[in-house]
Amino acid sequence: MLEVFSYEFIQNAVIAGILVSLISGIIGSLIVVNRMVFLAGGIAHAAYGGIGIAIFAGIPIFLGTTVFAVFAALIMAFVTIRERENIDTFIGLIWAVGMAIGIILVDLTPGYNVDLMSYLFGSILAVTREDIYFMSALFVVIIFVMTFWYRDILAVSYDSEYAALSGINVKFFYTLILILSALTVVIAIKVVGLILVIALLTIPIYIAQNLSSSLYSMMLISGFTASLFTIMGLWLSYNFDLTSGACIILVSALSLMLFMIVQKIK
Amino acid sequence: MQTKFNLRVIEIENLSFAYDKEFVLENINLIVDNRDFLVLIGPNGGGKSTLVKLILGINPIQSGSIKILNKPLHKSLTQIGYVPQNTNVNTNFPIKAIEVVMMGHHAHKRAIFGYKKEEIEHAMHVLRQVGMEEFADKKIGSLSGGQRQRVMIARALCANPKILLLDEPTSSIDADGQKQIYELLKELNKKITVIVVSHDLSVVLQYATKVAHINKKLAFHDLSSIKKEFDTGNDSHVCEVELLQMLGKCKC
Repeated sequence: MLEVFSYEFIQNAVIAGILVSLISGIIGSLIVVNRMVFLAGGIAHAAYGGIGIAIFAGIPIFLGTTVFAVFAALIMAFVTIRERENIDTFIGLIWAVGMAIGIILVDLTPGYNVDLMSYLFGSILAVTREDIYFMSALFVVIIFVMTFWYRDILAVSYDSEYAALSGINVKFFYTLILILSALTVVIAIKVVGLILVIALLTIPIYIAQNLSSSLYSMMLISGFTASLFTIMGLWLSYNFDLTSGACIILVSALSLMLFMIVQKIK
Repeated sequence: MQTKFNLRVIEIENLSFAYDKEFVLENINLIVDNRDFLVLIGPNGGGKSTLVKLILGINPIQSGSIKILNKPLHKSLTQIGYVPQNTNVNTNFPIKAIEVVMMGHHAHKRAIFGYKKEEIEHAMHVLRQVGMEEFADKKIGSLSGGQRQRVMIARALCANPKILLLDEPTSSIDADGQKQIYELLKELNKKITVIVVSHDLSVVLQYATKVAHINKKLAFHDLSSIKKEFDTGNDSHVCEVELLQMLGKCKC
């Protein structure tokens, strides 16, 4: 059983899976308590535009996707702060336009035949060392942000009106949360793909929310649960030769069902 | 009548406010003395919330002036403890009562990360004041409406304000809970000024020393003399009919 870990791609997959799970646990908690799930979904899909740009311009995919996703997050922040009444419409718009840009640009790229499916559903077994460095860097940044601004982020997330009154720059932290969500989405695309990102950012978080009495513990429990699901999903994927992202999501969903049944019985 | 010689905690002069071109408040004058228990009443859309937002500095002052503790508004925001209207939002949020209270600490006194020991001690002290210390580590969503409102009052008290401003504090609380909240406010009123925005005349009038009715314009009533005639004892409430008689005597 353990000899599978001698393959480098398996090692990379496991490390990446755990890193992405921990990050998703932290940022997913923020997304859920701020009711930004639809927003995060919009960013995830719009990020496909970045993949298209990167392929078309011949720049590294991670770079193109990161820049474009952050750009999409900034537009989302701007629009949702300004156009409170039409938030849904604008999110849907950015969601679709981002994807359309990506598809057109891939069409226009001569001789391009990379598997679109790997971006939609993830390709964790193709994770490289560079990907892992990027993920680790993001993890460090997120830990740093959450350590120093925990109270501000907590205040903004719980009661933004009161936070604004007590002198916290609500717009700054709101935008910061969206940018971190965009970066999380970019790395999660590698593991579960952009279609399934939302599941990773919500299922473990839902379980954690019911088990925790503080945002801090919710983040820890989410990260731990997500790691567990990812490892189990990877194991299934490896043993039965199935798409890894879909395995991770189904393991998560089944666990969620189990969790809800247990809660009902209690 | 010692209060009359005390500091004027809020002084509003000729205040008007309009959204677009429609006036919501017109020529408001109001003086709140130290340790008043002022109730702001008035119909929906009459401008109560707008006045609150002006006092808190959320809405900009268009004309007239507001002084808080004899200083222009923007310097005094920390002097007001504010309890917002709807405290039932986000009840599923994973946060402990004490963490909510500690949001009331002044930003500049904070630790770089986590909470300082003094902050936790002070928060516990404030929770004790509102009778909620044993619930400090409870998730906010597991508390009842009345208990949650006490926590919000504790948050407002955390920065040791001179004025406590509550917007519809009992709108979603059962009758027993309401009475407890007002008894608490009465207790707090021994030390600080309390301003309550409310619809609920019958309960509020037992506790108020002054009432201001706001419907674009402001009509002011000092109840300290009238109230004695209608003292109905501790457990009963002032009924609306008596109330109308009481207020009907005024000129407005």
